[in-house]
Amino acid sequence: MRTLRILGPVHDIPVGEGRTFAVDGEMIAVFRLRDGSIRALSAVCPHRGGPLADGQIDLKQVVCPLHLYAWDLSTGCSLSGQDPVSVYPVRVDNEQLILEM
Amino acid sequence: MNRQRLVVIGNGMAGARTVEEILARGGDFDITMFGDEPYGNYNRIMLSNVLAGVEDESGIFLNDLSWYADNGITLHTGVRIDRIDRAARTVHGSDGSVTGYDKLVIATGSSAWVPPMKGVHVPGRGYHQGVFVFRTLDDTRAMIRYAREHERAVVIGGGLLGLEAARGLQNHLGHVTLVHAMGHLMNTQLNERAGRTLQATVEKKLGIDVVVDGMTTEILGKHAVTGVKLAGGRVIDCDVVVVAAGIRPNAQVAADSGLTVERGIVVDDQMRAAGEDDIYVVGECAQHRGEVYGLVAPLWDQAKVLADHVTGADAGAVYAGSQVATKLKVAGVDVAAMGLQSPEREDDELLEFAEPGRGVYKNVIIRDDRLVGATLVGDNSKALSLIKTFEKGLPVPEDRAALLFDLGGPAAEESVADMPDDEQVCNCNGVSKGALRSCVDGGCKTVSGVMDKTRAGKGCGTCKPLVQRIVEWANGGEAEEDPAASYYVPGVPMPKPELMDAIRRYELRSVSSVFAKLGGEEDAKSKMGLASLLKMMWGDRYVDERDARFINDRVHANIQRDGTFSVVPQMKGGVTTPADLKRIAEVAERHGVPMVKLTGGQRIDLLGIPKEKLPQIWAELDMPSGYAYAKSFRTVKTCVGSDFCRFGVGDSTALGIALEERYQGIEGPGKMKLAVTGCPRNCAEAYVKDLGVVAIDGGKWEIYVGGAAGAHVRKGDLLATVGSPAEVITLTGRFLQYYRENGNWLERTYAWVPRVGIEKIRAVVVDDEDGIAAGLDARMDAAVAAYRDPWKERAEPVTPGQFRTSLPLTVLPKVPVRA
Repeated sequence: MRTLRILGPVHDIPVGEGRTFAVDGEMIAVFRLRDGSIRALSAVCPHRGGPLADGQIDLKQVVCPLHLYAWDLSTGCSLSGQDPVSVYPVRVDNEQLILEM
Repeated sequence: MNRQRLVVIGNGMAGARTVEEILARGGDFDITMFGDEPYGNYNRIMLSNVLAGVEDESGIFLNDLSWYADNGITLHTGVRIDRIDRAARTVHGSDGSVTGYDKLVIATGSSAWVPPMKGVHVPGRGYHQGVFVFRTLDDTRAMIRYAREHERAVVIGGGLLGLEAARGLQNHLGHVTLVHAMGHLMNTQLNERAGRTLQATVEKKLGIDVVVDGMTTEILGKHAVTGVKLAGGRVIDCDVVVVAAGIRPNAQVAADSGLTVERGIVVDDQMRAAGEDDIYVVGECAQHRGEVYGLVAPLWDQAKVLADHVTGADAGAVYAGSQVATKLKVAGVDVAAMGLQSPEREDDELLEFAEPGRGVYKNVIIRDDRLVGATLVGDNSKALSLIKTFEKGLPVPEDRAALLFDLGGPAAEESVADMPDDEQVCNCNGVSKGALRSCVDGGCKTVSGVMDKTRAGKGCGTCKPLVQRIVEWANGGEAEEDPAASYYVPGVPMPKPELMDAIRRYELRSVSSVFAKLGGEEDAKSKMGLASLLKMMWGDRYVDERDARFINDRVHANIQRDGTFSVVPQMKGGVTTPADLKRIAEVAERHGVPMVKLTGGQRIDLLGIPKEKLPQIWAELDMPSGYAYAKSFRTVKTCVGSDFCRFGVGDSTALGIALEERYQGIEGPGKMKLAVTGCPRNCAEAYVKDLGVVAIDGGKWEIYVGGAAGAHVRKGDLLATVGSPAEVITLTGRFLQYYRENGNWLERTYAWVPRVGIEKIRAVVVDDEDGIAAGLDARMDAAVAAYRDPWKERAEPVTPGQFRTSLPLTVLPKVPVRA
């Protein structure tokens, strides 16, 4: 079943950074890319549990701050041989972040 | 035109590899392969791992059946070819089949050689019950099954295979004796002393009994094996016998079909059977220029030449034989051997080192300043460099001992960044560092992906750790050195001086503008280095985009493994007061700080602070940041100095405090750790700091630079000896500024100083030969003036949610549900 969640105003996330949201007991890292698009990933690094929202991003990847492993922001696939992370559909509607679970 | 028909006899490593090489060259053939064994193609080298239980059977298959299907190859397993009809161009199978060919490849490999021994065979039933050879997957399975239910094994043969068999059998039964007919183990590769060293290790560490000079003459036992008898009458009781006495090329079918066969099937330099235009031979069954190879590396070389020739990709390809240098783990013991075992001529130089207690033996043999032989047992740390010197015929160093030992200098493990591109990493599959790197550059970023694509690490597997290091390095991963070696950061293809020129020319004052103008695409792994550089170049005029900062610099604290942070207040020169200590203690107590620890830089670390609490803790401490999280000036460690110490000749604490006061928070390409010590006893460890100051008698100060005592240990180079603390402060600033402007990203001074050279640095910093000292001083003054304590950034977050937790699940916003 699809459920929509409003996470709050898009401006809660600074451009080029990520923030963590708790949604239905899940930790979701939401990133606001420099081209304006939004990505949502499972917030916990599968390698050693690092906080992905604290990682640095570009238009393709997020780099976990603990050991610098990288994940593709669009697919959740590891770019460095680790397990993948879940990705979630997310969009901005009327300045609000809408996440699909 | 019909496609040519290519038939391959043999589906082992040589046959399958040859077909892979042919396909890789776009060879357009109808391919049919015949395999004696009822399986796809597996890695025979790994059978010892299967026996030892460290690898399961599924892990050793190289090409599964889908590979044959995907490449349109018809595979007949369990079919032996009995005859080749050269006139009719057909091969005749044991199943009665007749298959025509245009090109034929014989890759029949070899089989176990069983020396003549009474009782080894039972008439009409094959080997005596309990006797095994060690050649195929079926052999291995049968051996494991039988060994599990028995207790004592004798392995006949003390070569590579016999040692592996003995080691593997220990996994399945209690007692193993190795019987070798020659005077010492691995006599084909090792001289007597090396062989004896190996024997001692095998006996002592592995608990395998070894009998040398033991010729087995008889297998005892009526229904099943009960023992073996040696020449001379000695009997060794056992219930399992494994014969691993060597291999013989499978050349019978070739001989029966009229090809020239001596020890193996005789081939020319294009790997064609002698006198034949359309019949090729590859692998252990081939005899080339008198040599028959039993190792895997020559086989790969042969397969390439064969494929080049048969496909016409390089009709002039020539196989000139292989230099056999091996580096392996035999039964868990490191062994490397190449060329001669012992000197042959009177003027051959021999260097020999033996340390029997540790099971180490090494030798090198030098002729006319070239390495002509080397042996290592028990320590393979020099194997790669020896193999390189041997294979390329490089001149040997004047200090010969450097061939055998790492004399001082950096770590024993070869730095992957320093390896030349053409250096071979995987000696089984012939994969160079350059091939690994271009695979990574081609978009394959995972170790397993690179291994799949290049096949590196897929032979014996001993090079896997090195492959991993190279792939990580090529990924720009945790390693400090970057693949695009000369770039300042991977995402902008320019060395630092060029990059700085461009930044100045285009007035690029933010990280995003650098990408837009110079880099094309934004690159997460380049942002931090660019932020540091721009801050250094523009000072107050730098446009600070927070996303360019690493998390530590966004929240002015060091992220820990659990996502919490550490807080280290400034404590200049390691000097504190009761009042400050009390305040730190109170804050720690009030917030239940999980750990309070003294740092190596003489400060106090509060560990386990949640991100959202950082501003409050800073406010309560009301102390400046100690910068224990940034690529910046960190701390000045000091000793007590002349105020109290009875040996002190200079006031080290006062100078340390003055240095820290002035250069606090200055960012750079890497951390800058300093020290000032009050006498040459060096209690503050000034010799091993990025910059260390040592007071010497007579009111003078020595300044050392480029020292380190972390993962890398280096004593700093003496930059200058000066007469006053003021001069120390000036030269420190000038040196640090020169480093800031010229060091590569993450290049610590211990690497930068030797790279630039202490003479050059002294010429610039002390003697001002380039006339840039005043400029360096002025730019450092500006940086000092721009210092602001980051912990003052606490009343209001600079960005939304700057201190919001990313983990764990506390204080997160409640999320309303929409249908």
